Amino acid sequence: MFDRLSDGFSSVLRKLSGKGAISESNVREAMEQVRTALLEADVALEVVNSFTEGVLKDALGREVTKSLNPGQEMIGIVYDRLVQLLGDLPEVPAGASQEDIAKMMMADGPGVAAAEPGPTIVMMCGLQGSGKTTTCGKLAGWLKKRGRSVMLVAADLQRPAAVDQLQTVAEQVQRDLPGGATVTFYSEPEKTAEYGKAVGVAVGVCERAVAKARSMGVDTVILDTAGRLHVNDQLMDELKQVNLRLKPHQIFLVVDAMTGQDAVRSAKSFHEKLEVDGLIFTKFDSDTRGGAALSVKSITGAKIRFVGVGEKLDAIEEFHPVRVAGRILGMGDVVSLVQKAREQVSEEDAKALEEKLAKGEMTLEDFLNQLRSLRRMGPMKQLLGLLPGIGSALKNINIEDEKLDRVEGIIHSMTKDERRKPELLNSSRRRRIAKGSGTSENEVAALVKQFTTISQISKQMAGMSALDKMKAVKQLGAAGQGPMLPSMGSSFLRNKGTSYTPSIKDRFKKRK
Amino acid sequence: MGFFSNIISKLKDGLSKTRETLVRGLKSLILGRTLDDALIEDVRRMLLEADVGVEATTRLIDSAKDDFNAGKLKESKDLLEHLKRHVRELLQQGPKQAGIPGEPEPRPLSTELLVAKPDPATGIKPPTVILVTGINGAGKTTSIAKLAAYFRRQEKKVLLAACDTFRAGAVRQLEIWGERLGVEVIKGQQGGDPAAVAFDAAKAAAARAVDVLIVDTAGRLQTQDPLMRQLEKIYKVLGKQIPGAPHETLLVLDATTGQNALRQAQEFSKSAPVTGIVLSKLDGTAKGGIIIAIRAVASIPVKFVGTGETPDDLQPFDPDSFVEAMFSE
Repeated sequence: MFDRLSDGFSSVLRKLSGKGAISESNVREAMEQVRTALLEADVALEVVNSFTEGVLKDALGREVTKSLNPGQEMIGIVYDRLVQLLGDLPEVPAGASQEDIAKMMMADGPGVAAAEPGPTIVMMCGLQGSGKTTTCGKLAGWLKKRGRSVMLVAADLQRPAAVDQLQTVAEQVQRDLPGGATVTFYSEPEKTAEYGKAVGVAVGVCERAVAKARSMGVDTVILDTAGRLHVNDQLMDELKQVNLRLKPHQIFLVVDAMTGQDAVRSAKSFHEKLEVDGLIFTKFDSDTRGGAALSVKSITGAKIRFVGVGEKLDAIEEFHPVRVAGRILGMGDVVSLVQKAREQVSEEDAKALEEKLAKGEMTLEDFLNQLRSLRRMGPMKQLLGLLPGIGSALKNINIEDEKLDRVEGIIHSMTKDERRKPELLNSSRRRRIAKGSGTSENEVAALVKQFTTISQISKQMAGMSALDKMKAVKQLGAAGQGPMLPSMGSSFLRNKGTSYTPSIKDRFKKRK
Repeated sequence: MGFFSNIISKLKDGLSKTRETLVRGLKSLILGRTLDDALIEDVRRMLLEADVGVEATTRLIDSAKDDFNAGKLKESKDLLEHLKRHVRELLQQGPKQAGIPGEPEPRPLSTELLVAKPDPATGIKPPTVILVTGINGAGKTTSIAKLAAYFRRQEKKVLLAACDTFRAGAVRQLEIWGERLGVEVIKGQQGGDPAAVAFDAAKAAAARAVDVLIVDTAGRLQTQDPLMRQLEKIYKVLGKQIPGAPHETLLVLDATTGQNALRQAQEFSKSAPVTGIVLSKLDGTAKGGIIIAIRAVASIPVKFVGTGETPDDLQPFDPDSFVEAMFSE
């Protein structure tokens, strides 16, 4: 979602990179544009002002390092300021190796620190519609994955059916999300009432819930409070009461990433009354420029802990300022990509596959598994956006995850023998597979052909250096792969502006 | 007694919120100061902080500067009047050209609801269908409850369709509102096809000869292609069942939304052309300046504003009082 903000930055900085030196006038001019970009991204005005002033101060009187041009130097300055704005940089100890630094960047963020003795109490608060209930479920799933049991408490007695919603969410997390720990649900549905009529009742509900959680030995209790306006004193008092009586270890403020200038006002107000420990931004997967995240962080000083990145209950990510600042400036976020991959593929599996590849023994089955773990990491577009230099290039491109569905469908329609030995495939087998997967014989043949080419190339690549590998991959792309496999630049990536979505029938016609 | 004290306390609540907006208003900033460039710059800041956006703010400030330099504005109160007039004009006239692909010509502001026309052959008036869309958490379901109450007060027969089959508890939420307001709700299974619910609801609305059918949809971000295609399907299904439906497609917009609101209006219009905006949650500190930003580039008029949690907290949008409130003390 920071893509649009980064677009604004890159165009400004690109202009600057042509200049010979950083001079006061060209920096000022560039900063005026950065200002507009930030304002259009909904960054609060006071934050915009202090940010641009800071950058100006850093930039003026700085000697351009010989190896860099002024544009690169400016990117460095803006990057540092952005990281500063988004959160604190981890301290890098003197003499740390590249590997150590990489490890630090890979490490989990603060997440939800466990309290001793338990249960850890987490209170969620925020305006109506910011996404508290969904986020409660996502956080429960995140903890469950890390082996921590969770109790979700329905403390929203105001919104009709809020209790039902949290109950369903709790059941979904328990049933569908990975992890050994249990997710339970606590509510007193008879206490719900029309808006404004059950104020204060939630305090008791929370107390009883925590007592129960303690007796059950639950690791973390998450309190889902009702959405409220920061100017509603009565309801804000209720939160203060919960805070006073239950002393939550963590208070998370849930903020809609699409909020405009008002984000700062409401967050400030919540923070003054409750001393928020962390921020969770929702709807981060939208095309909002997300200035709210920058401003709320900078005004309240509370750290951004998590971001919600999709409809599904596992769509939550820890927030890393360093990586996000890089993403904003179009530098990509390889670390997040690697971490995502790690969550899906174990190191042993990866090693085993590498060996198979080297010997040219990869089967279609391995390929299917790989494809599936890749897709579990998220939609293709989101993944590719994490790669350096790709973010802005992808802006107008429509990636069809459906095409990958077809690839999966074809492999699924093969017998086990066929998957291991694709050379078995003759015309009649291909016809059967095409029928079974709702594709055409040509598509089946094309997939097998591409697969064979790839496994041959990877066999050759096994002994190469990284650079040679890159070259080989480039050649593979240039060789014009068929329409099926997601090699970049093939029809898999389509330009949104000029394209339409052909029906399956159309696609068949095209092939024939 | 209880009834009266209730009304009074409600009034007080409302007033305290208004006071909150008053404090930050433009009027106190402008009046009593000498009119100069610094003051105009301060006004620019205020407009930006009210989410009016760079484009509309620049337009307003540039015209104020021109008039100031031409000697047409002499005192600070002239500036205030100038701004009021221009904001009102901007709201009334909309953009100079259509800002959303497929949008008809720029149209003047009309807060009137679009309704179904009687069949010329039979003279029978089909139900007016209102499709309600918006992103997650914008306030669709609450706004629908308010709309239903609005039509009930006009003694119209209302039917609700619970097409949000995705979010847990969404159908139940609408049902509870239906029970409270005495309005029937057509629903399907959680996780079921929302277009099927829309189909059933349109059939039921025609069969029962209701006046208004209001269709709730799942919240979706405009970037989620499959969900936007689903919305398109609901839109088409309604049109096939009832001629001209949906007569009104309302986009519910959270008053605190920033410049992304424009993207929402554009992208939602690609799937289900938006005919009006419901600005929700205007009872916070947000001033909803975003609707000026939208009006500067798109023709979509604001039709309703939501100002609270009860079913009565919905008013037809009145540009004059909106402008007055924005520029209050």
